[in-house]
Amino acid sequence: MVVIPESEELIKIDYKPPKKKWMDPKVDYKRGSYSYGAKLKDQKTLDLPNKREWTPSNPVEEWGLPENWKEIILKKMEELKNRYRSSLYLDICVRCGACADKCHYFIGSGDPKNMPVVRAELLRSVYRRYFTKAGKLFGELAGARELTLDVVKEWFYYFYQCSECRRCSVFCPYGIDTCEVTFWARELLDSVGISTYFIMEPAANCYRVGNHLGLPPDGFKNTMDMAIDDIKAVTGIEVELAINKKGAEILFIPPSGDYFATPHWFTFMGYLMLFDYLDLDITLSTYATEGGNFGFFHTPDTAKRLNAKIYAEAKRLGVKWILGGECGHMWRLVNQYMDTWNGPADFLEEPVSPITGTKFENAKATKMVHICEFTADLIKNNKLKLDPSRNDQWKVTFHDSCNTSRAMGIFEEPRYIINNVCNYFYEMPENTIREKTFCCGSGAGILADEMMEVRMRGGMPRAMAVKYVHEKHGANLLSCICAIDRAALPALMSYWKLPVDVSGVHELLGNALVMEGEKERTTDLRLNPLKRRGE
Amino acid sequence: MASEIKRFIYDLLKLGKRGGSMSMLTYFFGVIVPYAAIAIFIAGFFHRVLTWASRPAPYKIPVTCGQQKSLPWIKPNYFENPYTNFGVIGRMLGEVCLFRSLFRNLKLELVGDRPLYRGTKFLWLGALAFHWSLFFVLFRHLRFFTEPTPSIVLLVERVDGIIQVMVPTLYLSGIVIVIALSYLFIRRLIFPNMRYISLLSDYFVLILLLGITSAGVLMRYFYKTDVVKVKELMGSLISFHPVVPEGLSLLFYIHFFLVCVLVAYFPFSKLVHMAGIFLSPTRNLKSNSRARRWVNPWNYPVKLHTYEEWYEENKERLKRAGLP
Repeated sequence: MVVIPESEELIKIDYKPPKKKWMDPKVDYKRGSYSYGAKLKDQKTLDLPNKREWTPSNPVEEWGLPENWKEIILKKMEELKNRYRSSLYLDICVRCGACADKCHYFIGSGDPKNMPVVRAELLRSVYRRYFTKAGKLFGELAGARELTLDVVKEWFYYFYQCSECRRCSVFCPYGIDTCEVTFWARELLDSVGISTYFIMEPAANCYRVGNHLGLPPDGFKNTMDMAIDDIKAVTGIEVELAINKKGAEILFIPPSGDYFATPHWFTFMGYLMLFDYLDLDITLSTYATEGGNFGFFHTPDTAKRLNAKIYAEAKRLGVKWILGGECGHMWRLVNQYMDTWNGPADFLEEPVSPITGTKFENAKATKMVHICEFTADLIKNNKLKLDPSRNDQWKVTFHDSCNTSRAMGIFEEPRYIINNVCNYFYEMPENTIREKTFCCGSGAGILADEMMEVRMRGGMPRAMAVKYVHEKHGANLLSCICAIDRAALPALMSYWKLPVDVSGVHELLGNALVMEGEKERTTDLRLNPLKRRGE
Repeated sequence: MASEIKRFIYDLLKLGKRGGSMSMLTYFFGVIVPYAAIAIFIAGFFHRVLTWASRPAPYKIPVTCGQQKSLPWIKPNYFENPYTNFGVIGRMLGEVCLFRSLFRNLKLELVGDRPLYRGTKFLWLGALAFHWSLFFVLFRHLRFFTEPTPSIVLLVERVDGIIQVMVPTLYLSGIVIVIALSYLFIRRLIFPNMRYISLLSDYFVLILLLGITSAGVLMRYFYKTDVVKVKELMGSLISFHPVVPEGLSLLFYIHFFLVCVLVAYFPFSKLVHMAGIFLSPTRNLKSNSRARRWVNPWNYPVKLHTYEEWYEENKERLKRAGLP
């Protein structure tokens, strides 16, 4: 376990940049700020380049890079530059500085290389040196840097301190997306065999077994049985649940976090209660048990390999359309990548809610609907009997997740649900929500214990915004629609000493949902006694 | 001191007038340099833009800054999360004409142990003032290339010179551009973080522009240049019968030369953001990727772990769990 400073220490942040220019690539690896190298077994499972065990804290000369590492990286850079039009982001930045104080890692650390503009310059400088006339001619004067082993080491440190959240891109006058730059940097690093343990192990598990934890089908079945038991304990109802059912109408893809971690678990119970309540013809799958995709934090190819299972399974089972659970980066993929990678999904039908008849026209090509879209439609059409007072123990605030905000724009649907299932809802300050939302600090493969300092620093802006609603309105529940948030935020809240719990939106729905034939509820899904208003 | 500078400038001006016949020097700066600069600009600029445009946009990756279009009763944000071409055009116009994203800018302050994010409009204002005044200045310069001067140019001149406080008419754009450039320059010097991120080329462009604009202002208000002759030169250049009239001031040559440097430097510098913004995939793509399939031209197959392989590895477990 990595020991990190107390929050009172950590908050003393100095935003003044050091004398040393950013062009100097030397970086001291601070414990708590980088992940371990990927394990050999996971490299083998996914057949990654340059397979070996390696340790990031060792001198870079001992990382076991191939002899022609420089050639490989430059060749890859040439390839990426030609593949992506967004590589024009390497040419057009004017360094206006609008992005500089928008990154949560910069706000939480003051490390100037965490300013998005500098993070991108770390890569751009090498691009200039090898691919632009000015850089070739004038070198450092034109902002160009040689590609050295120190630069590689610096890239590993800083491009794994970017959560690909796109907040900087919102403020950039040209929309320069550091997320794209981070993708390329991680792909360049991967080309010589540099990837992290925390990303590659879940990715390998997902590839081989079907989900990040590596839960095999029998384990998955046991887990589902546990969920059914837990729901019964609260409601007295034994919900029905289909697994691998051929010919079902809908395939449900949750992020696996929702069924193997807490507080996700209660959200998962909420999903199952909803499906049972509606008597949906819906099935889970043991082959595609994961909507989340740690491959996305590695390279697009890895992401595509994992993502392919969703359509493949939908086709095999012969469902009509797909419903997706509450997850952040999963929804960036579903919304912006899945169809392009693994479509066309012409074997599916345009999604129609079997309960309300609503056509989800916005999903007519990809054929995958967000569960918040689905549920909001149900509530709007009065199809759910809800008792919001069962959530009166919660004063709820809502954390917009990066990916669903800036790569999708699902803002109103979850809020509509919350407002219908809870009596107390308070927004965090305007500049910290919706498209300006802050990352939990642990996205894009940073959710590792060994990266705790980066996580707590990066989460600081979110924590402080929560502190604001906590002090002003007594908010005690931070809800969100992202499984990584649900894993990251509890640690963040306790580190910043905030007595605030974390939940998904469908946990709150599960509490409020009045199911036919249920026993009188005395507890919420967490088995805490209900506290109705005035009691 | 001031009188010495004045004398120095007068000497320079005289030097210019001494030219006599069309010397090598005036021919070089009046004809060769501008033609070379324009040639470099056109070749470089088109090369740059065509290179960008020839690269595919493999994924539809707009950055969404507003509510998506989903259920019919939820109002989508047409421009910040554009679903239609109309929305994209609106978003782009907002970005190009009004600097929408800079308008959103926030300033981080640590108050006690709390970060605060207050709106700040200085960068937006400075950038907008610079770009719009540059546009007006360039537009007014059309009078040097046209005969007779189009009425739209005259109209812009009238608007630009609406505050008639002196003779010759004071053009607002000329004043604003110098102030805005100075602000953009000074902020790079005084804010430590701006100093940290600024490259030499960032200062170079600003100094170049300041040089050009101040030479222009000096020429218009203090050390007059014979505009008829300037017009003659420009007319001859664009008709490809270059003749350099006598008696153009040195100040004019300085102004003209710096412009040529800027024009030639343009395609190799960050100034290409002018074209790049239109091709920026996070701003120019529609956010309808779930409704309309987007094809990646280089999409290639990757190795998958198929159901059949997976089933082979897991059939015992499936059987044990009683799962199909």
